[in-house]
Order: sequence, then C-alpha cells, then structure tokens
Amino acid sequence: MGAREFSIETQDLTRVFRVKRREARGQTREVVALDRATLAVERGELFGVLGPNGAGKTTLIKILATLLSPTAGTARVAGVDVVENPWEVRRHIGMVSGGESSGYGLLTVEENLWMFSQFYGMRSGEAKKRIRELLEVVGLADRAKTKIYHLSTGMRQKMNFARGFLTDPEVLFLDEPTIGLDVQTARTLRTFTRGWIDDHPDRTILLTTHYMYEADELCDRVAIIDQGRVLACDAPAALKRGLQGEAVFRLTVDGDRDLGPLLGRVDGVQRFAHAARDGHTELDLILADENALVPVLTAIQGAGARLLSLEKREPTLEDVFLRLVGRSLTEVSEGGGEPPR
Amino acid sequence: MAVNLRAETLTFLRTAWGRAYPRVVGMQREKSWMLFDVFLPLLQVAAYVYIYRAIGAPPEFTGFVVLGGAMTAYWMNILWSMASQLYWEKETGNLELFIIAPTSRMAILLGMAVGGIFATTIRALGVLLAGILVFRVPMAPTSVPALIGVFLLTLVALYGMGMLMASLFLLWGRQAWHIANLFQEPVFLVSGFYFPVRALGFLVALGASIVPITLGLDAMRQLLYPQMMEGFRFLPVGVELGALAVLGVGFLFFAHRALRFFENLARREGRLTLRGQ
Repeated sequence: MGAREFSIETQDLTRVFRVKRREARGQTREVVALDRATLAVERGELFGVLGPNGAGKTTLIKILATLLSPTAGTARVAGVDVVENPWEVRRHIGMVSGGESSGYGLLTVEENLWMFSQFYGMRSGEAKKRIRELLEVVGLADRAKTKIYHLSTGMRQKMNFARGFLTDPEVLFLDEPTIGLDVQTARTLRTFTRGWIDDHPDRTILLTTHYMYEADELCDRVAIIDQGRVLACDAPAALKRGLQGEAVFRLTVDGDRDLGPLLGRVDGVQRFAHAARDGHTELDLILADENALVPVLTAIQGAGARLLSLEKREPTLEDVFLRLVGRSLTEVSEGGGEPPR
Repeated sequence: MAVNLRAETLTFLRTAWGRAYPRVVGMQREKSWMLFDVFLPLLQVAAYVYIYRAIGAPPEFTGFVVLGGAMTAYWMNILWSMASQLYWEKETGNLELFIIAPTSRMAILLGMAVGGIFATTIRALGVLLAGILVFRVPMAPTSVPALIGVFLLTLVALYGMGMLMASLFLLWGRQAWHIANLFQEPVFLVSGFYFPVRALGFLVALGASIVPITLGLDAMRQLLYPQMMEGFRFLPVGVELGALAVLGVGFLFFAHRALRFFENLARREGRLTLRGQ
C-alpha cells in the first residue's frame, strides 16, 4: 500500500540511428538520439519533457508509443513493456503530434474523427456523441461538417486534439501539440489539456515542448532534455528554486554585438546567452550573486556598448535550461522558443 | 475469452468499415474522376478496337478489349491505392495512427481493399457500359453465376496480392513510386489486357499468372465468348478457378505474415516514422 504507481517508466533508454554520410557514399554514421534516459511518470501526472529541437523528445515519444524500437534500455507504459508487448501497450495509449496532417481531406471533421474511433472498436453512436462533445470543448463544433482540406492549421490541430482524447486513453502523448499555432488556439488547447487531466486523475499525459512557458504553466513535473540526455527532472517551481542563490538579469545594449568572449572573462558570470533583437543585443545573465553585476556593466561599458535596459528577473525554466546546458533554449531552438501564450 | 473474441471481431469489422469509408464516400465528392477514370481508359480501349476493326478481326475481339479495359482499373487501384498506399499514409501521418491503434493491420488493409473494390467497380462498370454502348460489343455469357464467381475470386486474389505488396511497400520510401510505375505497363502487356494471353505463348502466360488478373481475364473471356476462345484459351476455366483460389489464400496468408515482419523491421530501423525518405 502507498507504493507509487508509474504510468511510464524508462530505464537507460537509448536510441541510436544510422544515417548516411553525405560526404562518403555508402558509409553511415551513428547519431545518438536518446542517451540512457531514465524517467518515471506517476499516474495522474501531466509530465513535461522540455528541450530544444533535436533534443530527443520525439524519439522518446515514438518509443513509448511503440512506433520505434529502442537500441538499449527498457520502457514500460501502463506497466507493459513496449518491446515485449507493443500490442498490449496500444490498448492504453493515444497520441497527438504538432503539425500533424492526418485524416482524409475529402472527409468532414466529424467523419475523420469517427473513422479513427472505429480503429478502437467504439460503437458508432457512442463515438458520434463523444465527437460532438469534444468538438464543442475545443471550439470546433461549427466546423463539424466541414471537409478538412478547408480547415486552417489551427482548426486542424484542434481536430487532432479531439482525436487524441476521443478514446479517453489511459496514457496520452502530446508531441509539441501547440507548435505553429496562433496564440488563441494554443491557449484553448492548453486550457483543455490541463482541465482534462484535473478531471481525470487516473489518466496520465506526457507532453513534449520547446516552449518554456508551456511547460511551466501546464506541467506538474518537467524533465529537461538536451542531446538525448535527461539533465534534470522536477516540478517547475523546484527547478527554478535551484537558481535562487544566483542572480538572473536581462540586459539590452545597443547594436548587434558579440559580447560572449568579454563576458566569459568576467568573474561571477555563471552563464550567459545573447541574441540580436530589433537591432540591439539582448543578454540573459546568470550571476553568482548581485555583486557580479558591477564588473559586468564595467566590461560592457569598456567595450563601447551603451546599456539600454537592465532588469532583474525571477528565474524561469529558460534560465534553468541555460544553467544546465550553457545555451539558451530559444537560441538552440532557432527562433522556435517564443511561446504562443 | 468469448467476450474478447467478440470484441476483437467487432473491432476488426469496425476498423475495416472505418477505413473503407473514405474511399466509398470520396467518389461521390470528387466527380472529376468520371473524366479521368472512364473517358481516358476508353480512349486507350478505342485504339485497340479500331486496330481490330481495321484488320477485320471478329467482333468478339472488341469484347476482349473492352473487358480488359474495364479490368485495368483494378490493376491501377492495386498499384496506386493498395500497394503504395501505406507509403502515402506515412507521408500524411496516418500510418503512425494506424500503427498505435489497438486493431488488426489486416483489418485496415481489408478496409482499403473493400473501399477500393467499391470505388473501382463503379469505374470499371463505367468503362464497360460505355464500351458496350459506344462500340456495340456483343455479350453472351454461358453462365452468369460462373462469370460472377470468377470475377469475385479474381478480386479476392488480386486484392490479396495488393495487401502483400502493401506490406512490402511499408518499408520503402520514394522507391515505392518507381516500383509501382515499373509494374504498371508490363503487367498490362503480359496479363493480356487487350488480347488473349495465350497469344504470348504458354510459358509467358504461366509466368504472368502470378498476377491474378491474367487467369481471371482468361476465364471471363472463355465464359463470355466460348467459341471464339476455343483457339485462344490458356487453361480450362476450372483449373483457372482453382489457381485463383490458391493464389487468393496464398496472398492473404503471406500478406499477414509479411505485414507483421515488415512492421517489426520498420520499427527497428526507424522507418515507420521517417518521412520524405
């Protein structure tokens, strides 16, 4: 009694891909997409996997969803080994991916959803009732009879969301579900996701994202992943608390400047990231303490740069990522890190 | 156990109907197919009809061609909407959803086949009726039930072959397109779509019999034009029926095995989710 129930458990999960070398015909090289990832997600959790593009998030989901075999390590979903018994795993899972274009354009929204419900053996009447309810919830009820090739990207993703929740899966995988969506649609889907898990404490969601804000707002716990490795795993607040002994600042200086080498030499600078924005340079700094700010400002002034703004911030998951990896999440995700709030 | 079996059977049937549905309703929503799928094949049929007429061939030869022209729709459907279909499903993201669904892959393929047969039969009927009306083709079947039986058995064997090919194509990427292209015209030739296959010689006809349409067409022509086919028949109708049954069972059996094998292989190699390869 009292033992924690894990919906998802991975132990040293590894996936290596062989890819063709461009420069040498016929030869391959190995790419480690997932590197000994160990995770345990409790039943009832909305668990986030945060990392930049190419960090291994999708590879993790594909393995858990039985679409890809691991090279080494083990994974269990709903207590079932994904390699030994993928068939049984599939009875417990659902999946929605961002930017998905599944379904058939000639069918309407409700016909597409009905078709997928049939693959789960749902009775037609029950499926149609559930489809109406879900379309209402995601705000797509007025498009139920629209052929899906007439839908916008956001509407299509709402339909995909409805599909994912249609069968009330025990474990649901959401792979970058709000990628490329407008602010309003992303907010609708996030609100729905949080509401669903709150209403269904016996269900579990694993959500991957490279939007720091999304992971922070939605998830009970977050694993930070980069280059296939799990670097940290805890509640967002706990991860941010880990930075409370340090001082987090955002500075803006004039011009597009590479201040990296300069800041690297200043005592007390733990980590920094810089990005050009609107003709200026934005610097995110994690300092050992507030006293380190003076030498930073002196160094910047010495380099001939003019300080435009200075803000002391509460730590965010972006700062946690910067602290762990040495690069900012936004920088690594090449512009994809701006959250559609 | 009984409940499980019942539930599994229901899921199988629902899956098959669910996957057949897009093909069944899709036809009614894209009326432009009439032009491409009836008028264009009819032009090709017309070329052969006029050649036969120019050389003074008996009118039954027109019937051979029109029947062959109608059956080409099925072969096209096998190549482009069965064999290579899982490749397209992968590109659109449907394949991943098919794989993670707790249902039989054979049910999905069966749904594709049933939907394909429905849609293609309407096209084939269009070609057949247009051919009969335009070219005044004589039709005098010796046995309508036997004719229907041969036709249905041909479809079972043909779509069994399509299912087997679909499982092979599961592993391939863009090559699927080229392979389908490669199979299209040669099969039109060696299966005797526009002439009795015996004209190619017994051995070539025997080799071509791996494509069930070869035997099916020959048997249907024998049942429609018994006198004319006396000099051209490849094998007796009974033998062809037996061979079609064996092909049907064999293809379905191997499709089932191959699907499982290639799905596991594709999962190991990461090809189930790799798009644009």
